[in-house]
Amino acid sequence: MLADKDRIFTNLYGFQDWRLPAAQMRGDWDDTRALIGRGQDAIINEVKASGLRGRGGAGFPTGMKWSFMPKESKDGRPSFLVINADESEPGSCKDREIIRHDPHKLVEGALIAGFAMRARAAYIYIRGEYIREAEVLFAAVAEAYSAGLLGKNAAGSGYDFDVFVHRGAGAYICGEETAMIESLEGKKGQPRLKPPFPAGAGLYGCPTTVNNVESIAVVPTILRRGAAWFSSFGRENNKGTKLFQISGHVDRPCVVEEEMSIPFRDLIEKHCGGITGGWDNLLAVIPGGSSVPLVPAAEIMDCPMDFDGLKALGSGLGTAAIIVMDKSTDIVRAISRLSYFYKHESCGQCTPCREGTGWMWRVMERLRTGDAEVSEIDMLYEVTKQVEGHTICALGDAAAWPIQGLIKHFRPEIERRIGDKAVMMQEAAE
Amino acid sequence: MAERAPHPDTPELRARWGSFAWTNVNAEKVREIIGRYPEGRQRSAVMPLLDLAQRQVGQETSTQGWLPLPVMEYVAAQLDMPIIRVLEVATFYMMYNIAPVGRFHVQVCGTTPCMLRGSDDIMDACYARGMKKGHTTADGLWTLSEVECMGNCASAPMVQINDANYEDLTPARLDAVLDALARGEQPKEGTQDPARHTVEPVGALSNLNAMADGNHDYRGEWATAPA
Repeated sequence: MLADKDRIFTNLYGFQDWRLPAAQMRGDWDDTRALIGRGQDAIINEVKASGLRGRGGAGFPTGMKWSFMPKESKDGRPSFLVINADESEPGSCKDREIIRHDPHKLVEGALIAGFAMRARAAYIYIRGEYIREAEVLFAAVAEAYSAGLLGKNAAGSGYDFDVFVHRGAGAYICGEETAMIESLEGKKGQPRLKPPFPAGAGLYGCPTTVNNVESIAVVPTILRRGAAWFSSFGRENNKGTKLFQISGHVDRPCVVEEEMSIPFRDLIEKHCGGITGGWDNLLAVIPGGSSVPLVPAAEIMDCPMDFDGLKALGSGLGTAAIIVMDKSTDIVRAISRLSYFYKHESCGQCTPCREGTGWMWRVMERLRTGDAEVSEIDMLYEVTKQVEGHTICALGDAAAWPIQGLIKHFRPEIERRIGDKAVMMQEAAE
Repeated sequence: MAERAPHPDTPELRARWGSFAWTNVNAEKVREIIGRYPEGRQRSAVMPLLDLAQRQVGQETSTQGWLPLPVMEYVAAQLDMPIIRVLEVATFYMMYNIAPVGRFHVQVCGTTPCMLRGSDDIMDACYARGMKKGHTTADGLWTLSEVECMGNCASAPMVQINDANYEDLTPARLDAVLDALARGEQPKEGTQDPARHTVEPVGALSNLNAMADGNHDYRGEWATAPA
């Protein structure tokens, strides 16, 4: 188990004050000037060496992403850092804890990351429903300005940097980076076609990098403790510590920072008090937020919880939002409810997603009650394949994968329902 | 896609809201908000301004607030935007109420993580009090909505009522919150489990125990050899 001294988010549970003086006593903003004094290249190299991969779901190497930003502006355009705090993926609830309990890790990270990528300012886009969390974040940013840690000559570094908070207003799609940029520009959040990539033309047509809250908030500690420290946790290619969020059928749901690659069983036993009703009662797990395919109990029990471990099971680490389902779960309904979510959240721009998510949900609801033909299972699978990969952004894929996972692992259960319903109808007719 | 239709534009609506203007306090906030965005990019402020407008309407009507069309037009004029671009934003984002709501907007999360922890029972508890999804009760007190994942999954099930979250709910705990609100009180926000602080493992803290007792600085332990 990760030792407390190696946890980055020591005020994760909010037992202590989030404000600047308390955060400084925990080590935040400690000689930030010296960290910035190492220079852009050194910071990016340290982050690269740490093995940090983006914590928002896709797992792209963070340092490499920063290195795509222009080193100088040839045409006078400024660069921007956009921090994705639009945490809306069902099961995900980690950035909320960072923002409301340890906001200065994020604000300090914003300055350091913004400096490293030569950005003029950071916009933190926080989901609209995080109302109290946004209040804390606004206040934390204001504290940092008052203390001279942001603004002109931020933290005495000689670098001018602003941080602004922008609240969303209830649209899952704005967690997609180009939709987020559209939304920041005052439009409805519909994703842009790529290319151009944000690093070339993003916010206001300027070079932009979009990073997840957790990716940014861990940076100051990585610089203070060194890349070797961070990369001493987790397997090769899956380095570091990570906030796991365990919801559903465990005795004690919680958010907890652990080392990457911790086996699923250890994570649940150490922090969650086990599966409701014991390990034999485990049915399936959605290991990375609603978008990733579910994994049946037997396969996940000893799986290392990291990018590669879950990929090997045909699923993914995503945001490390672990939704645990025991045998009392109506598994078809659990997935159908996610289909409803994607139908509700489709932005309507691409036809396969706009029409497909509603269609898939309606068929899922009939499969839930068994009011379907067995052949429709294959038809549904076919349609998920038509949606997947045929849309501008990944929402179409995200809507398709949970259904594919269900059909792959629980086809007999779906067929059983259809059979039972047919027998019931037959008996009713006689 | 979510299906929603804006409240109809009628002479009565115009008469009620045609002269909408910021309060002095809000006018000051508006200046600060527009200042967050670069020169000439004031349209970026449309979302915070709509939120502020909805809140002001809420204050004037003793409800959560909503966005009558004349109010959207006021925001459009301020930001030099075509009205349709504002309407587009207001209808796209779910937190903008485009029709009137009650004093308290009870938003029950029904997505899978909450569903697994009993959101059906929470919804039923709302029905038992006479609430109906998409409607406001006759006394104007409660508007009920089922909403999508609110990001409180480790303290599910939950409701968001206006600006406050109430987590770790049971029907009895929800009733206590709603009763308190109806009496004009401000119930404690966050988890409703008396044994829990926030999202820690309840009753058996598995980590960061020192933090529960004081603002522990772990840096002194950094130098020691890794376990």
